[in-house]
Amino acid sequence: MNLTRRDFMAMMGIASATGFLSPSAIASSWGSGKDPYEIDDYGNVTLLHITDTHAQLLPVWWREPGTNIGTRKQKEWGVTPHLVGNHKLEYYGIKAGTPEGYALSCMDFDTLAHKYGKIGGYAHIATLVKRYREQVGKKAILLDGGDAWQGSATSLWTKAEDMVGAQNLLKEDYFVGHWEFTYGADRVEYLLKHKLKAKFLSQNVFTIPWDEPVFDPYDIREISGRKVAIIGQSFPFTPIANPAYFVPKWAFGIHPGHMQKMVDECREKHHADIVVVLSHNGADVDKKMASQVKGIDIILGGHTHEIMGPRPVKINNTLIINTSTNGKFLARFDLDVGKGKLKGWRFHYLPIISNMIPEDKEMVDYITKVRAPYAKKLAEPLAVTESLLYRRDNFNGTFDQILCDALREEMDCEAAFSPGFRWGYCKLPGETITMEDVMGQTAITYPQVTVTEYTGAELKNVMEQVADNLFNPNPYYIQGGDMIRVGNIQYTMDPGETIDKRITDLRIGGKMVQANKRYKVAGWGAMQRVEGTPVWDIFAKWLRSKKTVSANSRDLPVLTKNMKGNPGIAFPKEYDL
Amino acid sequence: MEKMKRRKFLGISAAGVAAVAGSGVLMPAIANAANVAGWPAAAFDAKALDAAMKDSIDTTSVKVSPKVHLTAPTIAENGAAVPVTVDVDHPMTADDYIESVYLYVDHNPTPLASAFHFSANNGQAYFQARIKMAKTDMVRAVAKTNKGVLMASKPQEVKVTIGGCGG
Repeated sequence: MNLTRRDFMAMMGIASATGFLSPSAIASSWGSGKDPYEIDDYGNVTLLHITDTHAQLLPVWWREPGTNIGTRKQKEWGVTPHLVGNHKLEYYGIKAGTPEGYALSCMDFDTLAHKYGKIGGYAHIATLVKRYREQVGKKAILLDGGDAWQGSATSLWTKAEDMVGAQNLLKEDYFVGHWEFTYGADRVEYLLKHKLKAKFLSQNVFTIPWDEPVFDPYDIREISGRKVAIIGQSFPFTPIANPAYFVPKWAFGIHPGHMQKMVDECREKHHADIVVVLSHNGADVDKKMASQVKGIDIILGGHTHEIMGPRPVKINNTLIINTSTNGKFLARFDLDVGKGKLKGWRFHYLPIISNMIPEDKEMVDYITKVRAPYAKKLAEPLAVTESLLYRRDNFNGTFDQILCDALREEMDCEAAFSPGFRWGYCKLPGETITMEDVMGQTAITYPQVTVTEYTGAELKNVMEQVADNLFNPNPYYIQGGDMIRVGNIQYTMDPGETIDKRITDLRIGGKMVQANKRYKVAGWGAMQRVEGTPVWDIFAKWLRSKKTVSANSRDLPVLTKNMKGNPGIAFPKEYDL
Repeated sequence: MEKMKRRKFLGISAAGVAAVAGSGVLMPAIANAANVAGWPAAAFDAKALDAAMKDSIDTTSVKVSPKVHLTAPTIAENGAAVPVTVDVDHPMTADDYIESVYLYVDHNPTPLASAFHFSANNGQAYFQARIKMAKTDMVRAVAKTNKGVLMASKPQEVKVTIGGCGG
């Protein structure tokens, strides 16, 4: 059931729910006629932020994770963003079943999805961006936190040019990167130099071996007579989390010392009145960086696809947000910038619920045009799903489960690995999985499927190394992916342990794994150059042969009892807790 | 900025005259069962580092000094070329200067990764180098003055991981 905007307003009026994740709207307790996207003008600078859209030009289904664990050792137990389900709703004081509840939590996802509709879509984002630009005029700048160029078939096939076109139509001002780099340094430089109108900033990318900056580290923009410094921070782990051969001459890293130098330079040399960091660090890394670097007013964060709103996190004097993924939210900061300091702010975390925002005509026409050459290929129906398919979760999502099943069966392997990516949208029960949907889970520039004979010890090492990227107590080791997805592998996991000790009782097909025995494991997304069939071809072939699929059981680990009561786990029974 | 460049230049020229010891074959961490706890693993080979220190500086224990600054990434982007910087805060005069700086990686097949030799004319005991590391390990630098005084940096852990699976 797709509600019209009018139906929705009426319903909301009757329920007298609080309005759109913004303190001012909540305070004014809007009635049936009030538009939840209406924001009172405030201050002299407006920052609009989107991030990690993963090239989803059209609206998609997006379910928040049911598992997003923070441990006591990490000091992230029950701390935002490591809250899920009802824990998240309680923390922000939001009612389940409302549009905000739908946007912020995984509870009753498919029921609420039918009620409220898809999220995101560049035509819907464009409408809201244009509206706010019209409202506040030259006070507004639009910042894109990266991962805009990857995640869809058309972005892969146009080598990101479809997304650059959409970014230009949105009139984005600033941009940083992560998956962008997987198109290779030459392609990135070409698009940034010749196509993209937004300015690309990064203080943390240097040439090898001379340590020269590759990009401008920051920009100073005068708005309402105040100087606003924007410092860029691209994904620090790019050559570790993605193949380094795409950027062989560039080094990355967090570089908090250099960040401090940039902040000081903006303040002392350029007399910036406020300093904003556009970051692709991920939420945990942003929090630690804010504790080390003095003088940043606001970090607009992305990468880890967290809900870190509707209230910003404050570390020392730095406000930190994270603006989700797939176009689900537009974040708006209205700032009162005084001479040399931030005097006041209002923050609005606006879910892009596509049924409630009309499409922007110009953007719709562009999207239709750019998709046209591929429309037939994208629409090919492959199979019908009987269950909800999603990826985002600390452990196997249901979409990954069937992908692992496909890899095992098609490659004739006893086990499968699939990367713990956090992009990849959902399909509702009863929907048809098309070629476009398969690409939505797999569209990367290193898609080859490989079969590897691992010894038991190697297999365990792979899993331990990935788990350490998730649960290391030092945030500077949190690379921002989820646990490696497994097919037909069972294990017990203690996230609170240290590397090499988190995984016990490791089994394949129920049998204990032997350290020296070899196991045939199918996988994709290798870090080295490899030969192989693209994963989408193998997944599509398997889906065609099945006609209907469902993911009724997942290869989830058993979690150790010390995880009992963790507010990062919405459904403890899934983990025998 | 100008000063920085000069320092870098001096560092590079120092590296130019350095005797760089080979650090052996890079073993991919993924194939290394030795770092998996509870699995058959080779015994911790403390002897290799001790022997390397004994050979190069004739002792196995050197006091940590705040004068020896070792900078290394917390996580390696490429285990085959981990960038490390050493900067020794010590006079470089004709009668008192840093003569050598040794870099060790505890569990590399050859723990002595590099040795750099200076004269007072270098102006500063500073260099950047790239070293090979097989797996997550400690890196340490030891500086020796012309009078034979030894001082060590704080050891730095560098994580070498298999990578992949990024957001």
